Amino acid sequence: MNKILKIAARNLLRYQRRTLLTTLLITIGVTAMLLFISTSGSFKAMMVGQITDSMLGHFQIHQKGYVSSIDSLPLTMNMKPHMVDKVETMLSERKDIEAWSPRVKLGAMFSNFAETTNIRLNGVDPEKEVEACPELPKRIIAGNKEKLFERGTILIPELIAKGLKVNPGDSVVLVATNKDGSVNGINFVVQGVLEGISGPGGRDGYMHIDDARELLRMENDEISEIAVRLKDPASLNQVIKEFDSNMAQLKNQQGKAVLEVHGWDKLSPFANIANMIDMMTLFIKIMLVSIVLISVMNVMIMAVYERIREIGTISAMGTQPGTILKLFITEGLLLGIFGALIGSLISVAIVFFLQQAEFSFSFGRQSGLVLYPELAIKDIFIASIMVIVVAVLASLQPAWKASRMDPITALRHV
Amino acid sequence: MNLVLAKNISKSYCAGDVEVQAIKNVDFAIEPASFVSFVGPSGSGKSTLLNMIGCLDHPSSGTLEVVGTNIKDLDRKSAARFRGENIGFIFQDFNLIPVLTVEENIEYPLLMVQDWTAAKRQQRIKELLEQVDISAQAKKYPHQLSGGQKQRVAVARALATHAKLILADEPTANLDHDTAYRIIDLMKKMRDDYQSTFIFSTHDPKIMDAAEIIYTLEDGTLSKQSGSGNHE
Ligand SMILES: Nc1ncnc2c1ncn2[C@@H]1O[C@H](COP(=O)(O)OP(=O)(O)O)[C@@H](O)[C@H]1O
Ligand SMILES: [Mg+2]
Repeated sequence: MNKILKIAARNLLRYQRRTLLTTLLITIGVTAMLLFISTSGSFKAMMVGQITDSMLGHFQIHQKGYVSSIDSLPLTMNMKPHMVDKVETMLSERKDIEAWSPRVKLGAMFSNFAETTNIRLNGVDPEKEVEACPELPKRIIAGNKEKLFERGTILIPELIAKGLKVNPGDSVVLVATNKDGSVNGINFVVQGVLEGISGPGGRDGYMHIDDARELLRMENDEISEIAVRLKDPASLNQVIKEFDSNMAQLKNQQGKAVLEVHGWDKLSPFANIANMIDMMTLFIKIMLVSIVLISVMNVMIMAVYERIREIGTISAMGTQPGTILKLFITEGLLLGIFGALIGSLISVAIVFFLQQAEFSFSFGRQSGLVLYPELAIKDIFIASIMVIVVAVLASLQPAWKASRMDPITALRHV
Repeated sequence: MNLVLAKNISKSYCAGDVEVQAIKNVDFAIEPASFVSFVGPSGSGKSTLLNMIGCLDHPSSGTLEVVGTNIKDLDRKSAARFRGENIGFIFQDFNLIPVLTVEENIEYPLLMVQDWTAAKRQQRIKELLEQVDISAQAKKYPHQLSGGQKQRVAVARALATHAKLILADEPTANLDHDTAYRIIDLMKKMRDDYQSTFIFSTHDPKIMDAAEIIYTLEDGTLSKQSGSGNHE
C-alpha cells in the first residue's frame, strides 16, 4: 500500500498546477458547504431555541379544533377540567417530559384610560410557565427581570407599550367578554414589557392564570392549552406519536377523540424556514458532490490519457491490472483527502473568526441577534467522508480503463 | 530444453476488411543463455514476433511455448504474472517511469511485481547499479539522464528479477552508433554474468552482427544464420 501511495503522490506532484487547481476547487466546495451548514445551523438553532424556550414549548395540547381557530382565541373550545386532569396524569407519568404549563388564552381590550387597543393574553402560573419556557424572563426588556409577575400585574408586549406609551408601574384596565357574552373589566399594574419575537404568540401579553379566570368569570378550571417542555428536544416526533395514540383514548360522549397534540413546528411558520434551510443544505451538498465528481473525474481522465505508454510499460513488466487500478484510484483518493482536509481547516479557521467577531443580524422585527456559528465534528466528518468517497468514485472509471488497457496498444500510443 | 519453442506459428491482423499476415508459418527454437537477434526491415514482423514471445499477444495459429508454458493457456492476469516472473523488457524509447529515480525504477519490478524484502531489494539494486555502471546516477530522475544512461537503467530493470528471458524490441534505435554498441555489449555481458537469454530486434545490419544467432525476417518469414557474436 505504501508503495502505491508513493507513486500516486509523486504523479500528483508531477502535474503540480493541475493538482493544485483541483484541490483548490474541492477546498472551496468543502469550505462553502461547512460555512453554510455552520451559519445556517446556528441561525436555525437560535430561532428554534427562541421559539420553543420562550414561547411555544416543544409541543402543545389543545381541545380538538382549537389550533385551527387560534386567531380568535375561542373561549368555547377550552379543555374541560376532567380532561386536563387526565392529561396532567399522563404527562407526570412520562420520564422524558421536563415540565408543562397550562394556559388560559384570551383576547381583551387594553386601555391606559386615554387610549384603547386589542391585546392577546396568556393566563399562566408564573412558576409553571418559567419551567416550561425558561427563556421567557429574558424577553423582559423593561421592568423587573427577576420575576415574571404576581397576581394583579401583567406583562405587556413591546408594541403596545410603545404605541400607548405605557411603562412598568403604570395602571391599566383590561376588559374582556366571557363565554356567555357578558363583559368584565379589572384594573392591573404593568409589571414589565416583553420583547416581541417572530411567529404567532410572539406579541402576546402574560397575566396570572387566576386573574384571567376572574376576568373571564370562569366557573370551572378550564384550560386553553398546555405547553410542554421535553428533556431532549430531539425526541419530539417520537413523543408526539406516543402521546397522540395515548390521547386518542380520551373520548367524548359521541366516542370521538377530544384532544390533539401539535409540535412547535406545526404551530410556528418558522418551521418552513427551517425546512428551507435544510433544503438549501441539501442543494449545497449536491453541488459539492458535483464539483468533486466532475473535477476529479476530469483530472483522472487526463492523467490516464497522458500516461497510456507508462501504463503499457508497467503492464508489460507484469504489473497486475488490480495494482494499476489501485494506483489511479489512490490518486483520486489523495485529491479527495487533501481537498477535504484543507477545506475543513479553512472552515474551522473562518468559523473561529466569525465567533470572535460576533456578527449581529436582524430577522423580522428582531435586530441585534448575534450569529454564533458552530462547526460540529460530525458535520466536518460527514463532509470529508462525502468528498473522499465521491473522489474515489470519480476516479473509478478512468482507473478501470487504465487497468483494462492492452499493453501492446498502450505501448504503441504516441 | 528450449527456452522458447515456436511450431508453425502465424499471426494475422484484420485491418479493415483486409487481412494482413504479419507472421507466416514460422518455426524456431531458442536455447537458454543464448544471444539472439531478429533482424528485418520495418514492417517485417519483428515487433509482432517479440510481442508473442513476450506473452503480450497470442499467435493466430501454431503453438508457442515460452519457459515451458504454452502461452495460449494464459489469460490476462496469469499472463501478467507470467511476464513478471519470467520475462524482462527493454524498450526502444527506454520507458522508464518518470516519477521514479534510477534506483526506484530498478526497484519497481522487485516491489510492485514481485514481493522482495527491503534488504534483498537494496542489495540487488546496488549490485545492478554497479553492473551497468550507473551508481553515480542512482538518485537522479530519468529526465536528468542521457539516452545511453536511460537504456542502461532499463537493462538493469529488466534483469532485476532474474528473468530467464529478456526481450528488447529495437533497443538501440534511439541511440547513436557508439552508444548502441555499448548497450549491446552490456547486454551480452549481462548474459554472460546471469545466463539470461537475450532476444533483441533491430533493422540495423551493423548491430545484428553482435548476436550469436540471427534470425532474418522478411515479410513474415524467417531464416536462421549464425552471427559472429562480435561487431567490428
Ligand atoms: N495492430 C495491428 N493491426 C494491423 N496491422 C498490424 C498491427 N501491428 C502490426 N501490423 C502489421 O504487421 C506487419 C508487421 O508489423 P511489425 O511487427 O510492427 O513490424 P516491425 O516491428 O518489423 O516493423 C506490418 O505490416 C504492420 O503494418
Ligand atoms: Mg517494430
